[in-house]
Amino acid sequence: MGKLERRRRLGADLVTAELATAGLPRPVWRPWGFLRERLTMMGIGGRWAVILPPLLWLLIFFLIPLIVVIKIAFSESVVGQPPYMPLLTISPEGDVQMTLHLSNFIFLTQDHLYLDAYLSSLKIAAISTILALIVGYPMAYFIARSGDRARNILLMLVILPFWSSFLLRVYAWIGFLKNNGVIDNTLEALGVQHLIDGLNVALAPLGWAIPPLPWTMLYTDFGVYIGIVYTYLPFMILPLYTNLVKLDSALLEASADLGARPFRTFLSVTLPLSMPGVIAGSMLVFIPAIGEYVIPQLLGGPSTLMIGRVLWDEFFTNRDWPTAAAVAIAMLVVVVVPLMILQRAQNAVVER
Amino acid sequence: MKRGPFIPIVATLGFIFLYAPIISLVVFSFNESKLVTVWGGFSTKWYGELFANPQVLDAGLLSLRVAGASATIALILGTLCAVALSRFRHFRGKTLLGGMVSAPLVMPDVITGLSLLLLFVAMEEIFGWPAGRGELTIIIAHSTFCMAYVTVVVASRLSDLDISLEEAAQDLGAVPARVFFDITLPIIAPALISSWLLSFTLSLDDLVIASFVSGPGSSTLPMVIFSKIKLGVSPDVNALASLIIGVVALGVIVATIIQLRRPTKKAPA
Repeated sequence: MGKLERRRRLGADLVTAELATAGLPRPVWRPWGFLRERLTMMGIGGRWAVILPPLLWLLIFFLIPLIVVIKIAFSESVVGQPPYMPLLTISPEGDVQMTLHLSNFIFLTQDHLYLDAYLSSLKIAAISTILALIVGYPMAYFIARSGDRARNILLMLVILPFWSSFLLRVYAWIGFLKNNGVIDNTLEALGVQHLIDGLNVALAPLGWAIPPLPWTMLYTDFGVYIGIVYTYLPFMILPLYTNLVKLDSALLEASADLGARPFRTFLSVTLPLSMPGVIAGSMLVFIPAIGEYVIPQLLGGPSTLMIGRVLWDEFFTNRDWPTAAAVAIAMLVVVVVPLMILQRAQNAVVER
Repeated sequence: MKRGPFIPIVATLGFIFLYAPIISLVVFSFNESKLVTVWGGFSTKWYGELFANPQVLDAGLLSLRVAGASATIALILGTLCAVALSRFRHFRGKTLLGGMVSAPLVMPDVITGLSLLLLFVAMEEIFGWPAGRGELTIIIAHSTFCMAYVTVVVASRLSDLDISLEEAAQDLGAVPARVFFDITLPIIAPALISSWLLSFTLSLDDLVIASFVSGPGSSTLPMVIFSKIKLGVSPDVNALASLIIGVVALGVIVATIIQLRRPTKKAPA
């Protein structure tokens, strides 16, 4: 009998013995029965064998890192490896000394770069969210009102880009937006320049003018808006769709029967009823947009300030770890508010 | 109900907005000219150049290894976590576990990356492990945030599951582990497969977290692509993108067809 075979027997015997005492029939041998017995013998029985691995993993790789960030945000920046001073120092006499430096946070309030970056992140995220809502709402409505088969295919079409690389989807827009890129070339080929010239004559009395082609779209805030709307559109459409598909069409018919025009019905019936979807979708776009790094880096201009970018530069370019950590803490505080709004919107849905 | 043309037109424009950049990306990957936006004739030379580039190949292999390992770790930990959260009534630390596992979903990537790097540096100083940063630290970081997604997907499947099946098995004398492996696991298997695939994709796609926690000499594919496209558009990136998009599109279309067919299969039985 091989060693492995003997072990198998041992495991099976243990399970059988346990079941026999409980007055239960002998089971078919299962390898996990053996594993379970071994774990029980080691004292890691039952529920804690399930709970402990994920709990410990998250404590070590999620909670403690956050504490480390907080710790480093309160320490002093030095030139060296690692580039910060320890918080706790033990003097030769054995006394533990702890020094908290608020200097990094004070620095954040003094240099207006950081406040500007926060405000600009919020502005860019808000504008992109509104644009995504304007683009996403009709699409979600259209999908929700299609037939069953078409609906599945359309939903797949919305989700499909999400599965391809995020970075490459942003990259695709560089070729589209750049000077003499795909958009400029297409507009020029369609003769849009003549249209612009014509409009400019009409707009001249108002003092307005549309700039001539080619348009500068890449490396501007506009590019960043397009990039955010494009990459996060599925997150806007899906919650809106789940909400709109539940909308009872009898309500719309009732509204129409009572003489409301379609637009009036939309404003007073559809839109208020879909508010939870609007809020959930908006927050799902707004929250990740605040901390975005890749999109402003690739599509934005040098003046496009976003807090994720500031953190990255502080860390990689300036190697100022304590300031980067302080920026991270401040950024968390900014993200918490929209998160609470999202949570409340979701609770409202559950209560209904 | 009467429908105006407004909604269909806007929705169609929306779908064009979603797909036009991707289609143009693929089209220009077959462009003879080095200019990405001017057509210079059909050619597959950029694909050849891609496969001759060892840096891209190495990074691709590293990314695949990292994605496979972290998706597997995330699947195991996330499933355990989902079972604990949705099947166990009260235990010490349940709220903490629930909060910690959903937080990475909304945590900005830059913060996740920064905090893990700072942890790894501190751990190396105190314990001497992990020595340096590279494949291992990227796997740990990716497992942590993928685990959150696995937990969400599996927990929602578990809450849909008819609990009386599990109770029946328990009444017939199966121990909890046996109930899980014989009853629960086969039923939630599709959710497990899709969450593994989701984790694999998320890991393959991540640039920001990997940039923080990787060390010299271990650049993942997104890191290599990012450093290439910071210099502007180049047709071999288009070729790489087309390959990735092709594989993904094929996978999603096959999965959707299987899913659409399932109800018709059930009918005769």
